[in-house]
Amino acid sequence: MTHTFAALGEFGDAINFIFSSRENQRGAPVGGSHNLPLIWEHLKLCAVAMAAALVVALPLGLVLGHTGKGSFLAISTSNVGRAVPSVALIALFIAFLPGSPEFLNVTLALALLAIPPILTNTYVGVQQTDRDAVDAARGMGLSGYQIIRSIELPLALPLIFGGIKTSTVNVIATATIAPLVGVVTLGDPLVAFSVYGREGQIGASIIVAALAIAAEVGLSAVQNAVTPTGIKLERGAEGRARARFGLTKRRIQTAP
Amino acid sequence: MSLALLAQLKIQDRSSATSSCVESNGFCPQWIADNWERYKTPLIQHIELTLISVAIGFVIAFWLALLAHRRRWLIPPITQFTGILYTIPSVAAFFLLLPLTGRGSTTAVIALVAYTLLIIFRNVTTGLDGVPAEARDAGRGMGLTAHQLLWRVELPLALPEIMAGLRIAVTTTVGLTSLVFLAGAGGLGEAIFSDLQFRSNVVVAGGLCVLLAVVLDLLVLGVQTLLTPWTRAAAR
Repeated sequence: MTHTFAALGEFGDAINFIFSSRENQRGAPVGGSHNLPLIWEHLKLCAVAMAAALVVALPLGLVLGHTGKGSFLAISTSNVGRAVPSVALIALFIAFLPGSPEFLNVTLALALLAIPPILTNTYVGVQQTDRDAVDAARGMGLSGYQIIRSIELPLALPLIFGGIKTSTVNVIATATIAPLVGVVTLGDPLVAFSVYGREGQIGASIIVAALAIAAEVGLSAVQNAVTPTGIKLERGAEGRARARFGLTKRRIQTAP
Repeated sequence: MSLALLAQLKIQDRSSATSSCVESNGFCPQWIADNWERYKTPLIQHIELTLISVAIGFVIAFWLALLAHRRRWLIPPITQFTGILYTIPSVAAFFLLLPLTGRGSTTAVIALVAYTLLIIFRNVTTGLDGVPAEARDAGRGMGLTAHQLLWRVELPLALPEIMAGLRIAVTTTVGLTSLVFLAGAGGLGEAIFSDLQFRSNVVVAGGLCVLLAVVLDLLVLGVQTLLTPWTRAAAR
């Protein structure tokens, strides 16, 4: 196994690092199965941060979108969120909350990064639901909660999952710099060159990239699965009508 | 002791308290004023890397979008390919490029360019698709060739959407450039990590990142306003 990928040069060494463990110069075991705790810590951090972000952003986006209030907040949070670098956010938590555990600090920073795309996409998704459908539901005597639950939420799901997808990929990417502040994720081989060597740096990068692509592909499939058939049909028809009649609607930038 | 004297003592205390403020890890304006110089080089590196990356990314993505405008079948494969580049975390990209381009700003720029492609390509394509068919027909009726139609009718009308993409690309790249220190290319991220625990440092370096993003965003917006005088006329 060790020499199987040797022909590929440094990438071969990196792939070897992913699949087979070895001892580093100091005699500590690295690579292969020793990557699993790193992957586990990475996924745990991302899952907790995403859960925290969803708990905040989803209800807030639904309510703001339903009432039509706070459009400035919902839209501009996304623009501000893009401008604040993830490093700075993590550093802020470390510098201003020195006493609290690192894992909590990084989780909070990642959750803050994950909120804007979900909030904006949920808001826009709910806002863009067919007003006729909402009026019809209201006419049938549905309460506000029922309208959100059975009309606006299902129709907004494609955009909501678009936001969740963007946030997840972003969080997986950003969790890579957590080792700089003491949370040992998959980024550890990247920043601790002396422990893992170059094959560790490149090997761990391959794993991180694979995780991000897997999240993107998996959530795209979910996004596609939860898109109501009616919306898919309408999207095709609307696209054709727009091209034909040149209807240009003011578009709000949302995450893909 | 009179109150006035007490107040005076307090003021004196603060003005001479630079070192104790730094020691107690507070937010120290005096320290910031004294150490302003140390952020100059990282800031300039940050600006250079951002502008170079966005410029190269724009040229490539714009060219791809024009190519796909004529040959519609190219849109899905280009979107998928640039989508993969967009998904690969930039930190991972820095290290994946190590065997090919080594450490330094070349690696950083390649990774940053790769990240901007999808954003700009998607917005140029959306902008061109949104051009009203009547405008195209009118252009054709005036005898414009396909090339003239593109540059005189379609691209000007697509400009707001194109510039919106450029704005997102710029702000995102400013954020990502704060990670290029991992590829050995400096930038404000290096300044942040040079002293992660020190509040004044984190606030200044992080603040400069945000400020840079806002300033560049406004600059692009300004260029857009200059390039689309007709939107101002319509708003009046």
